[in-house]
Order: sequence, then C-alpha cells, then structure tokens
Amino acid sequence: MSETAGSQPFKQSKWSMVGKDPYTMPIGEIDLSHPGIWQANEYLPFMQRLRQEEPVHYCQKSAVGPYWSIMKYKDIMEVDTSPHIYSSEPTIGIVDSFDEFTLPAFISMDPPKHDEQRRVVQDVVAPANLKNLEGLIRQRVCTILDELPVGEEFDWVERVSIELTTQMLATLFDFPFEDRRKLTFWSDAATAIPGGGVVNNQQERWTAMQECLACFTRLWNERVNEKPGNDLISMLAHGEATRNMPQEEYFGNIFLLIVGGNDTTRNSISGGVLALNENPAEYEKLRADHGLVKNMVSEIIRWQTPLAHMRRTAKVDTVLSGKQIKAGDKVVMWYASGNRDEEVIERANEFLIDRSNARQHLSFGFGLHRCMGNRLAEMQLTIVWEEIMQRFHKVEVVGEPERVYSSFVKGFSRLPVVLHPLD
Amino acid sequence: MVKILFIEHDGAEHPVEVATGASVMQAAVTNGVPGIDADCGGSCSCATCHVYVDEEWFSRVGELNPTEEAMLSLSTDRKENSRLSCQIQVTEELDGLIVTTPEFQF
Repeated sequence: MSETAGSQPFKQSKWSMVGKDPYTMPIGEIDLSHPGIWQANEYLPFMQRLRQEEPVHYCQKSAVGPYWSIMKYKDIMEVDTSPHIYSSEPTIGIVDSFDEFTLPAFISMDPPKHDEQRRVVQDVVAPANLKNLEGLIRQRVCTILDELPVGEEFDWVERVSIELTTQMLATLFDFPFEDRRKLTFWSDAATAIPGGGVVNNQQERWTAMQECLACFTRLWNERVNEKPGNDLISMLAHGEATRNMPQEEYFGNIFLLIVGGNDTTRNSISGGVLALNENPAEYEKLRADHGLVKNMVSEIIRWQTPLAHMRRTAKVDTVLSGKQIKAGDKVVMWYASGNRDEEVIERANEFLIDRSNARQHLSFGFGLHRCMGNRLAEMQLTIVWEEIMQRFHKVEVVGEPERVYSSFVKGFSRLPVVLHPLD
Repeated sequence: MVKILFIEHDGAEHPVEVATGASVMQAAVTNGVPGIDADCGGSCSCATCHVYVDEEWFSRVGELNPTEEAMLSLSTDRKENSRLSCQIQVTEELDGLIVTTPEFQF
C-alpha cells in the first residue's frame, strides 16, 4: 500500500539520522519517520530517549512534514481507541499522499464505512474458518521445511518466510498457485520506496501496480459470475456491502489484504529466528518445553513489531499527556516504542518467551482497527515453530541480517542461516 | 465473595468465587478459566473477552456502553446476549451469575 514513503522525500539523505548520537542531538530534531535508522537497526535508543524525555514529541521538520510521535503504551492506546478524535482518514501512512496509488481501503476509513467493509471480509480470517485451514497450513509448512538443505547456508527469508506467507495469501485469495510470487512482488512494490531495492523508480512501481490491478480485475470478473465461494475475492464480489463498491475501493482493499497478510507475518517468522539466536537461553527454554511455542509467538510479535507505526489525523483540537494537538495535525503511534515501554511491560527490553501477559502487546493495534488477520498470523507462526522444533536442533543465524529500508514495514530482506538437525 | 459460573462452549464448567469490584473478565483470568484472552487488559478495545450472558442474567448485568457496542459489532460470533466481560463489574447482585465463553475469541 502507499503507506510508507515516496521517492521524493527520502532521496535526500540530509534527513537521515544514521550515525548520530541519539542522546546528544537536539531532541526536536529526532525524526523517526526517516527509514535510515530502521534499516541500520539504530532506532531503539532514539525511541528510548523520546519515551523518557518527551513521550508526546513534535517533529517540526521532516521529509514528510511536521508530525507528532506518540511513544508510550498508554498514550498509544488512547489514540488508537479514540477514532472520534483521531481519524484514520485520509490515510494511515505517514506520507499524506505521494502518488496515484493512494487507494481507499477500510484501514483508512472511519466508522461506519470501515465497519461495513471490514465485516464482509473478516470471516475468511476468523477462527472458525482458520480451523478448517489449519491442516492445509501445517501440510504446507512441513513441505517447505522438509525441502530445506541441512548443514549448508541459505536465506531463511527467501526459502521460508516469503514462501510460506505467499502460499497462505494465494490460498486466501484462491489465487493461481503457480503465479503466487507475483503477490509477493506486488506487495513489496506497493510499500516500496523507489530506489530502496524493490523497484528502481516510480515508473517501475506504476507498471507493477497496473499489472496487479489488471490481474485482480480479471479475478473479480471470474468470481462474480461464479457461485459465492470462501475466498476473499469472491466474498468481496458477492458481499452486500462491497459488491457495488467503486473499483478503486476494491483495489484498495486488495492491496490492504495483500500487504497485511504478507510483510507482517513474513517478518515475524524471520524475526523469531533472529531473536532466539540473540537470546540462546530462551532457545534453550524452548528446546526443553515445546509447549512454550504459543506464548513465544506473542512475544515474537511484540519483539518484532512488524509494522512500526500507524498514523492518525486529529479531527479536533485536543490534549494528549499535556501536549496541545491541533485539528489536522498528523499523529503517529509508534507501536515499536510502546512495545518497549517499561511502565507497562515488565523487562520490556528483554525477549522472554515465557513472559506472563505476552498477549498484551501493541503490534496488532487496539480498537476498531485492530489487526483483522491476527489469529491467522498467530496460527501460522505457531505451526512454523512447532514443526521447526520437531526437525531441527537449531536454526543458526550465520551472517548479518539485512533490514528493509522503511520506517513502516519493520523487517528483513535477508537472513542467512544454517540448519542443525536434531541429535 | 460472589459466585460466578463460567461454562465453555463444550459444556465444561468452571465455578469461581471473586470479590466485588473486579470485572467478570478479571474473575476469569485470575482463576485460570480458559477461553478468555483479554489481550487489551480490560480497556474494551480488543473484544477477546467476549462472553454470552445467561438469558436470566442478561438484563441484570448493566447496559452496553457505546465503545463496547462498537467492538462487539465487529465480532463474527455476536449473539443477542453477547457482552465483553471486562465491561461487567462484579457486584453482590450478580451472585450466581452464569456466562458461557465462545468457541473462539476474535
């Protein structure tokens, strides 16, 4: 989706904070919106300083214009659960609108329209439907894991994280299975910053989006003439609230579901491997008790926070933790920061797979816009880890992970690993 | 102490006793009753403490507030007697309350 950043603002490296000292630079100049520190994995101390010194922080100058950063768990909760004050319209991206691909989708709508459109599609990812999908997901996970090379280096992102989430997405859309990697590419291109690795320029992005739209137009036309099915496209084509939706809303919701079901789980699958490697005592706990997988999955999702932020726009003048926010101001909830807030989460800067209240993280958001696919994500991660533990003593990270150039999608483009079999 | 009976979707019963002042959600969580996730910790913003209140008790547990109504309206398993258990305060009047937990929290 067009929710991260455009080519224009971020090509100017003058905005980057990479290499700067988070504790001595003027606090007003801290700008979390720039992707540099996220890719360089330097964002944590900047967030920590803001939480301590200015938890509701105004950044006057940035490539994306002025915006508020909301850093503490409780403040984020307040913003997220007050849609009458903090609107999701016109966009939940930190950039207002940077090209013609800003499409309407329910993630960037307020009630009642949000509720109507969400209701149509949420059944496909509701637990009752997931129960039917569990066997298929497990089978696909097993196939992917069984085909991996043991004892030699390969890229976990490519072979496992991307492959699995893409297969899931193809299943949910009933998308031609052999073409499934197109979904991955379109999802990556939709959130890509041109020049950041996925597409080289705006033209390439445009071409990719057009190809995606043509494909989904074809699929809509096919499904609308068939009997209603259980896939997302069929649900939209036949659903009362959506069957007459303008084409651009259809496209908007398709992109939402592609991106929502793709990057997020993918990066949590990779992030878990890295977290266990960085915390060997936790890996040991897991080996001793596979029953910890379920709780660990929530902890991985907190630790990774695969979407670093969501943006709202103040509808009215309001006050948050003593700061005067004006109608029209851009308000950014940094979930990645709230998830490290020691005031609410004990030992927040430690990865603890057996932590109590592990489910009370911010990664899915709270309130009406809470992640619709959260149960699917948890299920995929749970199955992945259950099956990994059945097969491998260790998924060992053997080189530096490469991180994505984005302050929105918090993830990995490469994670070199070697598999060690069970003794 | 007030007695509350939680019944799982498959009929398994979990009687608990709690002090007044807590919420029904807290009564479940502190007593290890399965089927209540309460991801948001009781701030009416996740709908994972969804319960069905026994018909006889429904009118006695108070009214839904607008936020609760909004969250429940997005639930896939909503019924007429649906409530979010974090929004029901345990009072002396609720001694003997019976609620059922849904098969899934979503």
